[in-house]
Amino acid sequence: MSAATNSEADASVFDELTWQQAQEIIARYPQPRSALLPLLHLVQSVQGYVSQEGIAFCAQLLEITTAEVSAVVTFYTMYKRTPGGEHLVSVCTNTLCAVLGGEEIYTRLCERLGVGHEETAGAPGSPGSVTLEHAECLAACDLAPVLQVNYEFYDNQTPESAVALVDALRRGERPAPTRGAPLTDWRHAELQLAGFFGEPSQLREAVDGPSAAPETLAGNRLAEQKGWQAPAMPEQAPPLPTVAEKK
Amino acid sequence: MTERTLTPVVTGRWGSPTSWTLDTYTQLEGYTALRTALAADPDQLIQLVKDSGLRGRGGAGFPAGLKWSFIPQPKPGEQATGAAAKPKYLVVNADEGEPGTCKDVPLMMADPHSLIEGCIITSYAIRAHECYIYVRGEMLHCNRRLHQAVAEAYQAGYLGKDILGSGFDLDVIIHAGAGAYICGEETALLDSLEGRRGQPRLKPPFPATSGLYAAPTVVNNVETICSVPYIVNGGSDWFRQMGTEKSPGPKIYSISGHVQRPGQYEAGLGITLRELLDMAGGMKGGELKFWTPGGSSTPLLTAEHLDIPLDFEGAAAAGSMLGTTAIMVFNTSVSVPWAVMKWTEFYEHESCGKCTPCREGVYWLAQILQRMLRREGTPTDVETMLDVCDNILGRSFCALGDGAASPIMSGIKYFRQEFLDLCAEQPDQPGLGSQGRLTLVESHR
Repeated sequence: MSAATNSEADASVFDELTWQQAQEIIARYPQPRSALLPLLHLVQSVQGYVSQEGIAFCAQLLEITTAEVSAVVTFYTMYKRTPGGEHLVSVCTNTLCAVLGGEEIYTRLCERLGVGHEETAGAPGSPGSVTLEHAECLAACDLAPVLQVNYEFYDNQTPESAVALVDALRRGERPAPTRGAPLTDWRHAELQLAGFFGEPSQLREAVDGPSAAPETLAGNRLAEQKGWQAPAMPEQAPPLPTVAEKK
Repeated sequence: MTERTLTPVVTGRWGSPTSWTLDTYTQLEGYTALRTALAADPDQLIQLVKDSGLRGRGGAGFPAGLKWSFIPQPKPGEQATGAAAKPKYLVVNADEGEPGTCKDVPLMMADPHSLIEGCIITSYAIRAHECYIYVRGEMLHCNRRLHQAVAEAYQAGYLGKDILGSGFDLDVIIHAGAGAYICGEETALLDSLEGRRGQPRLKPPFPATSGLYAAPTVVNNVETICSVPYIVNGGSDWFRQMGTEKSPGPKIYSISGHVQRPGQYEAGLGITLRELLDMAGGMKGGELKFWTPGGSSTPLLTAEHLDIPLDFEGAAAAGSMLGTTAIMVFNTSVSVPWAVMKWTEFYEHESCGKCTPCREGVYWLAQILQRMLRREGTPTDVETMLDVCDNILGRSFCALGDGAASPIMSGIKYFRQEFLDLCAEQPDQPGLGSQGRLTLVESHR
């Protein structure tokens, strides 16, 4: 890293559209600084990571120091400091997924891709390049072991299915997630996290991507089989409680 | 005793086709509670939720209505002063990250409008005109579905200005996090929402008086807010027909691990693990060895606890906590020290670094456990870990430290010999993996 200060990094690498989108983000909040997390997702959607220019961009927009921006960038795991692959593969290795095979999946993917945690197979940004990471609990424990590609879910994985998945990604294919929208790439995922979901018709197609896993509905299915229901609600909403007159 | 059954309420729409759309939601009684709520005085809604006994579903179980009542409101006919003069905020904690917890993600995916409707009613009750839903960044499909639901709600006039002609204005903003378990802690979440590192704040002052932007704020979990429309439509007597007296209502129990049919099972609070296991098809690949009632931060329990009522009181009486009813069951193939080590590595990674007991203590706990699992443990390691835990539990700045100490303390309490056995073995004994670490005995899927 050069001795040039962060504040001299050139934020003009971001185009007019990005500056506009940044203003839209800031306008969502009563206090501009709240826009920092989504702005960093926006920066990542453009450059594939958070660069010094990205930090300067956010600092200028929010009128805070680059040190304050860097403090946030280094705190959160989703902000990447080096350019990554077209796709990010996150394998949960927390205890429950690990017990059910997640550890083995992660090890096999490291071997298959020839990389370690947060390393990229293929030239960063090139088609079919894949960054691998082990991740913390992805809130899909009933579907374990799980992994994500660009934050879309691939549930109930095995070492074989995970290897087949990354092989396909490396070949430039985009296998559909088990829950989520048709796969695009990591930068597009980041753009959505910044709050930009494209035209309504694009959003519709993505939103309607699958989400009903059998495990999710296991309880409801059983209840239906057994004829179990919650107590019946009254026909009309009961009157609300009265409250004391305030003096 | 009558057979305990499942009571699908909050999960009721999950199986319907395109359940996430406004069309389906409206067909299934969506936005009916909102109309009732907007016709009432906000204080009536606060009283209703107090009467219902709804307790927070994010782990702590704090009574929701009571929390709402802490928001300072101006007295009628008087000029608001102090905190009551500040804008009020509703912040929804959708940062589901407690290991084992997997209820809010499917809820937001399957029924995002129930969260939106709950937010509108809650905001109206506390007189907030801005509501932020802080969703984990890794949960892209939830972010997407919520974004779409918010857009549909604005179009239909359920959000924005003068909602349904009531004179009430509300904006809802979906805010994605960026990967930090600690941001599930309500005050760290607020700092993160303000664009800072997610570090917890000192309480008091509580968010109710000084929260987002130092203004009065209610922070509630997704499932808590989603329960609100049902309470409006059904009334508190209906709600209290489920659950127990001090822990009323239905609850989404998540079961995962070595069980035949893992998944989401909604039942009245107070159901037991024995009953849930029976519903989920029983154990898989071996007998029950240990389990968590409410995620990794809740002390482990064993087969001796199969019949404890899983409500807030029952779990506490058994020496654990109900937490998020995130039940992870492990059979006899799993090494307790290994499982505990993996969880400790999680807490070490996620520690925000603010306070010394957690930052330094959890780091050392992870080091010791890793060394023990390389068969380089010493007989004093167990006592050292308990001593370190004692310096963290109740002494750290927030509950993350307590959560980190729980698996170790309870693991040693029930399986001390398993930890001691690690120290007794020599490094060149069989059973070691390629990295010289104890590997998991074959997983059973």
